[in-house]
Amino acid sequence: MIQTDILIIGAGPVGLFTVFEAGLLKLKCHLVDALPMPGGQLSEIYPKKPIYDIPGYPSVLAGELVDNLMEQIEPFKPGFTLGERAESIEQVGEKMYQLTTNRGTKIQTPVIAIAAGLGCFEPRKPPIPDIEQFEDKGVDYMVKDPEKFRDKNLLIAGGGDSALDWTIELSNIAKEVILIHRRTSFRGALDSVDKVMELAKSNKVNLITEAQAIGVKGNGVLKEVVIKSKAEGEFIKPVDNFIPLFGLTPKLGPIAEWGLNINKNAIEVDTKDYSTNVPGIYAIGDINTYEGKLKLILCGFHEGTLMVQSAFKYIYPDAKLSFKYTTVAGVNGFEETVKA
Amino acid sequence: MNITVIDREEEEHQLEAPTDMNFNLMEICRSYELPVEGTCGGMALCASCHMYVHTDHELSDPSGDEEDMLDQAFFVEDNSRLGCQIKITEEIDGLKVELAPVGE
Repeated sequence: MIQTDILIIGAGPVGLFTVFEAGLLKLKCHLVDALPMPGGQLSEIYPKKPIYDIPGYPSVLAGELVDNLMEQIEPFKPGFTLGERAESIEQVGEKMYQLTTNRGTKIQTPVIAIAAGLGCFEPRKPPIPDIEQFEDKGVDYMVKDPEKFRDKNLLIAGGGDSALDWTIELSNIAKEVILIHRRTSFRGALDSVDKVMELAKSNKVNLITEAQAIGVKGNGVLKEVVIKSKAEGEFIKPVDNFIPLFGLTPKLGPIAEWGLNINKNAIEVDTKDYSTNVPGIYAIGDINTYEGKLKLILCGFHEGTLMVQSAFKYIYPDAKLSFKYTTVAGVNGFEETVKA
Repeated sequence: MNITVIDREEEEHQLEAPTDMNFNLMEICRSYELPVEGTCGGMALCASCHMYVHTDHELSDPSGDEEDMLDQAFFVEDNSRLGCQIKITEEIDGLKVELAPVGE
């Protein structure tokens, strides 16, 4: 059991900086994120893009900003649960929530700060008719256990690194691997592209380019995938498994079921402290909405800063809180991470 | 200038777009509250504004980044584009596009 003062859902820039502001008030934070690394969108979507509107930085690469934030919050020894999605919350005492992740990790906290951006990143599912009927019955959107595909006939779709990497890896395990891609060039790492081309030449991978999967057929389990090719028109491939790998897309996910007031996929907050309609739960950054809302990192930093002041008063209603500038008080970090 | 957008229920919408605001097609669709996500904000880094161009306006060719990102879209055709990469200019007056299907 992990215990913390503020549980932050989402380890994007706003969630990370909130650790700093909470730390100045001697509040300890734990972050949960569905992605395996901190940084949220900055790491997943645009690590190499420059950002020009972070005060004091004429230009900073998104990935660098994440690195800098991690360095900035290091003194406050935040805990991280990465690669796990915040699933459900329950009240387990007065001013005490327990959050459970999709992998069963439990975290107890008086305050939850939802800094989940656009939601949690999940594999993008193709809008192929009836595909949901075959989910886990031949259709997988990610490879969790490669052994599952031993001696199977696989169809992998996509043109990025994950499609290429899994094609290479699974070509040693599966009976047959077909890789289908909409054009002849791939956007993945050059090494991987070369390797896949090599495997295709030696017939270890069946590469079908300028083609897309447009249909799935089966009888309870997946049996065939319908392919539309530029050169050959529509045809059917009998397969055991279809693995579409089309990147990740953010989804609001289970947070939508937590009884919060939600307006167009965003959580309504009171701008005095970014609190939601549920006591002890705040929402900051891109995930919240209010009159005049702007989805900017710098606005999220401000929201997190005000939010922790309110969280402090919520946790310690009788304590006196006197605001101190870092120029006066410095940054006094915590001793060590409390391991669960 | 005017643009026609066919949504995923095949309903046509007439959009009036200013040419002096440096808008792109994704942004215009969003301002009319059409179901275009524009997750990445217009950097050609997601595929959530995938559309089909139905008229033969001369558009600049898709960049390498746009082509790469179309790899993450579904049912990509020869007339597929990312709306965020189509600038709103006088030249595209009368453009007709259709929103492509999106995954869940």
